[in-house]
Amino acid sequence: MNNRISDQDNLVSVRDLTFSRGNKKIFDDISLDFQRGKVTAIMGPSGTGKTTMLKLIGGQLFPDKGTVFVDGQNVHKLRRADLYTLRKRLGMLFQSGALLTDMSVFDNVAFPLREHTQLPESMIRTLVLMKLQAVGLRGASQLMPNELSGGMARRVALARAIALDPMMIMYDEPFTGQDPISMGVLVHLIKSLNNILGLTSIIVSHDVHDTMAIADYIYVLSGGKIVGQGSPKEIQESDSEWVQQFMTGAADGPVHFHYPAKDYIDDLMSSGKRY
Amino acid sequence: MDFIENLGSGTRAGFNKLGRGTHFLIQIFSGVISVLLRPRLLLKQMYSVGVMSFLIITISGLFVGMVLGLQGYYTLSDFGAEETLGVMVAASLVRELGPVVSALLFAGRAGSALTAEIGLMKATEQLSGMEMMAIDPVKRIVTPRFLAGLISMPLLAGLFSAVGIMGGQIVGCGLLGVDEGAYWAQMQSNIDFYDDIINGVIKSIVFGFVTSWIALFEGYDSIPTSEGVSRATTRTVVNSAFTILGLDFILTALMFGDH
Repeated sequence: MNNRISDQDNLVSVRDLTFSRGNKKIFDDISLDFQRGKVTAIMGPSGTGKTTMLKLIGGQLFPDKGTVFVDGQNVHKLRRADLYTLRKRLGMLFQSGALLTDMSVFDNVAFPLREHTQLPESMIRTLVLMKLQAVGLRGASQLMPNELSGGMARRVALARAIALDPMMIMYDEPFTGQDPISMGVLVHLIKSLNNILGLTSIIVSHDVHDTMAIADYIYVLSGGKIVGQGSPKEIQESDSEWVQQFMTGAADGPVHFHYPAKDYIDDLMSSGKRY
Repeated sequence: MDFIENLGSGTRAGFNKLGRGTHFLIQIFSGVISVLLRPRLLLKQMYSVGVMSFLIITISGLFVGMVLGLQGYYTLSDFGAEETLGVMVAASLVRELGPVVSALLFAGRAGSALTAEIGLMKATEQLSGMEMMAIDPVKRIVTPRFLAGLISMPLLAGLFSAVGIMGGQIVGCGLLGVDEGAYWAQMQSNIDFYDDIINGVIKSIVFGFVTSWIALFEGYDSIPTSEGVSRATTRTVVNSAFTILGLDFILTALMFGDH
């Protein structure tokens, strides 16, 4: 079921992955494939470990069990220098943007170019302006991160993520906080980056509508397991109650809205401790 | 039983933290050469760590020197030895007060700022972002700040002592009538370059090392929340103060113990 295509076609292969935080099992023996040149989305309710999956793929976290292969390399067996060499070919868009707050927008986008290349400043300027133009923020190049809205900060972070022309970009909630115009541009940009540059994209999102519009393949995670996978059409037509609850946003279903707690009335009536 | 359990877990946590701190220090050292090859990174941090501490060090040094001049004069004049005021002020400053007080001020001014900065960078995923851009945050962010602290501390301690000696002179000679020639001449003949000045510089280098290490490690090891960063900043000031004063006793015993 999980080996949907041959290993050569997959840029990222996650195999039999188990990962826990304390006593809580975030992933329980799951396998996922991310095909080259395609947009693959990881969806699921909050707290299912979608961002954790990106950090495992990027080698920032270590699994309890299982392997993660990126471009044929076992990420968690790489030496530090080799891991950094691999990361130069990966871009990651953080949920918060993660811009360096003591640098202007321009310097943030120029940062990876200045750190990893010996390009002359004139060429760096041209490249930075091109990347900022792509996200519609060339005019904001001299602003500082504290002068940007959340949505703008994420677009600058996207410009920075594509600065080194990576082979793959991981987007952590790229649509959150975007106005409808920016959202449309962003959706188009992610798709065109894939089509024109041949990038591979992994999108982590719980924005059903926009993710379905651009994803080639979708994994739906819940409770540490893959509860659904397939093309957007297959996901839409899935008869899995987990998938259907997530797609329709129903309060009732296998995914509980409430965090596990004791009985509501008992809790209200008990004296409890002072908060 | 609870007490023994807490003692055991506290000791384990302490050793665990010491191990993480030592590992962090080794990581800092591994980035020294790359920082020295990019002096602009170091200069920028020396400005924010060293130059920005200039005012507090200068003003504090002046007042400490003035108080030393005043107190020293009253004590020495009882024995008719007020001409030796310069020696007393200078020896107190270059041996003890210069390195110690400037290190305590440095921990409060620059150390707390370093912890808060690194802690907030962690909380806002800037350090994670760098790692994903294949840039080692310890080499790029931490090592320049560590070296800046290490280099700035003896310079600030020297400034503190110099301004303090001038403060002592203003009070002793300007207000209380000690002979200016005697103030400087006694100092010149009795303060030894190696025994007093170099030992003071060694102390301030050691204090700069531990203060910068504590401040940067607390920030890097902090829980990435507002409360976590706030607690880490407090720990920096408290732990730095204890370490500075404890090490001062040990260093003083080693340097001046045979006199």
